[in-house]
Amino acid sequence: MTTTLSTSRAASTPPAVPTRVRQSIRERVAPYAYVAPFFLIFAVFGLVPLLFTFYVALFDWNPIGERVFIGLDNFTRLLDDARFWNAAWNTISIWLLSTVPQLLLALGLAHLLNQARLRLAVFFRMSMLVPYITSVAATAIVFAQMFDRDYGLLNWMLGLVGVEPIDFKQSVWGSHLLIAAMVTWRWFGYTTLLYLASLQAIPRSLYEAAAVDGAGGWKQFRHISIPSLRPVIVFTIVTSTIGGLQIFTEPLLISRVSAVTCGPVRQCQTLTLFLYEQGFGQFQFGYGAAIGVALFLLIIVMATINYVLSTRTRSERS
Amino acid sequence: MNHRIRWWTYLLLGLAVFACLFPLYWMFVVASTDSATARQMPPEILPGGNFFHLAGLVFATVPFLRSIVNSLIVAGTIGIGHAVLCSLAGFAFAKLRFPGRNVLFLIVVLTMTVPTQLGVIPQYMIISSLNWVDTLQALIVPGLASAFGIFWMRQHIGATISDEILQAARIDGATTWQIFWRIAFPLVRPAAFVLGLLGFVTAWNDFLWPFIVLKSPEMYTTQIAIKALQNSFDIDLGLAMSGSFLATLPLLVLFVFVGRRMVAGIMDGAFKG
Repeated sequence: MTTTLSTSRAASTPPAVPTRVRQSIRERVAPYAYVAPFFLIFAVFGLVPLLFTFYVALFDWNPIGERVFIGLDNFTRLLDDARFWNAAWNTISIWLLSTVPQLLLALGLAHLLNQARLRLAVFFRMSMLVPYITSVAATAIVFAQMFDRDYGLLNWMLGLVGVEPIDFKQSVWGSHLLIAAMVTWRWFGYTTLLYLASLQAIPRSLYEAAAVDGAGGWKQFRHISIPSLRPVIVFTIVTSTIGGLQIFTEPLLISRVSAVTCGPVRQCQTLTLFLYEQGFGQFQFGYGAAIGVALFLLIIVMATINYVLSTRTRSERS
Repeated sequence: MNHRIRWWTYLLLGLAVFACLFPLYWMFVVASTDSATARQMPPEILPGGNFFHLAGLVFATVPFLRSIVNSLIVAGTIGIGHAVLCSLAGFAFAKLRFPGRNVLFLIVVLTMTVPTQLGVIPQYMIISSLNWVDTLQALIVPGLASAFGIFWMRQHIGATISDEILQAARIDGATTWQIFWRIAFPLVRPAAFVLGLLGFVTAWNDFLWPFIVLKSPEMYTTQIAIKALQNSFDIDLGLAMSGSFLATLPLLVLFVFVGRRMVAGIMDGAFKG
């Protein structure tokens, strides 16, 4: 989720340094040598493992014992496994609960920050990046404490207005909300900065002209800001799908005792946690790899749906 | 838009700032009280005087100093790796002409959408067959360069460096390497610096991969040390919280000095229009 994109300012400029004309072999291979490290690293630690996951998923594969080809058995077993469906549901639920508020919050804040003559602008921007530099592990521990049933700040405040203590960690919705709160906290400021950058590229004169025509703040936001933000909104939706569906650390660290299941009844076990439990806890590499494949498919499907939806609304509106 | 800024703008932004900073403040509050105070209701909302005691306990319970050194080695190397390797590749894609350039760059962009984390089991097998389990290079090497970094540097090199300078250097007989190292890289050093920072922060805060690869306490990074603290004592929350705070502190200090540039860098790398 840390990626950003820019417009292809430099995309079409012709290359400046011809390396082919009457030059030594050394000069000719130089460009390939420069791009090679990335491709090498990505191949060995990214692509090959991902493809190999599909292969391992076809075996009963134990790190020490023998490996037996079992075809699609891992997958049929997966589809019958209530733990898998539970984890899939948890993953989607947590992802939705964290992505939607995060993007809306970022949209609103970016709009506020985009006003000309805003005082303390640098202070506001820097503060919003503090959660991003805070590690997930530290975030999980402090949030788990703040949301604690007996000693948590939040339940104390709720108690002041007469609400019974909520057991966030032990209940399904409670734990999902807790994890979503952590994810939202960590990412909304970063997303705000991405949106703000796009907003600042819109000429102020556009807003001024709209104001002259009698368009108020909300109308300006809807008809000028939102349309220009579309590319970055689509981008953040797709990246938060890819990142959000792989949530691992937050659920692992909120409960000390039953970490890999995220609670006695697996109320917040995500697919990545389930993968870890099967692969590295039970040493069932084949079954764990099958979970990886399922998660991969889920991410592809969700990212495609999101992409199509967010680009379709664009063509309908404009 | 162009009118006076309303008071509620500042109220809302103030609330957002409060929400961003409060958890860190709270981390310090719990990390500085004793466990009895941490469990009293209503909670104590001011820091106590127990911080140095708990911090000492953190260093005694896990090899925390060692974990900070490990994190610095891993994150530092990855930060430098990002700055240099991504600049090199970005330079090649922005300024050099070679067969297959466009296809290769397309592949770089496409890899940004590949969720490689899902291959952790084979990744572990590869690391294991290299005999790299429980070593720092298992964390460093896979993170040395990234597609995002290449994309980022290509944009910056394309936008900042004029073709004329490079051609002039070529005519003067400079090799491609000299052109990169003497002319291009110094010109884009600010962008490479921000990219290195982003790589550093990401590596410092990484959890899943170190959690899988590292076994022995002397190899722990700070994030895994926090996890170990959380396990090791029964319910001493203050201890886990001091560990979390201590592991966050180096980044906070760094952020005070370079936060402005990081913000500018992130906004600079975002979609414009």
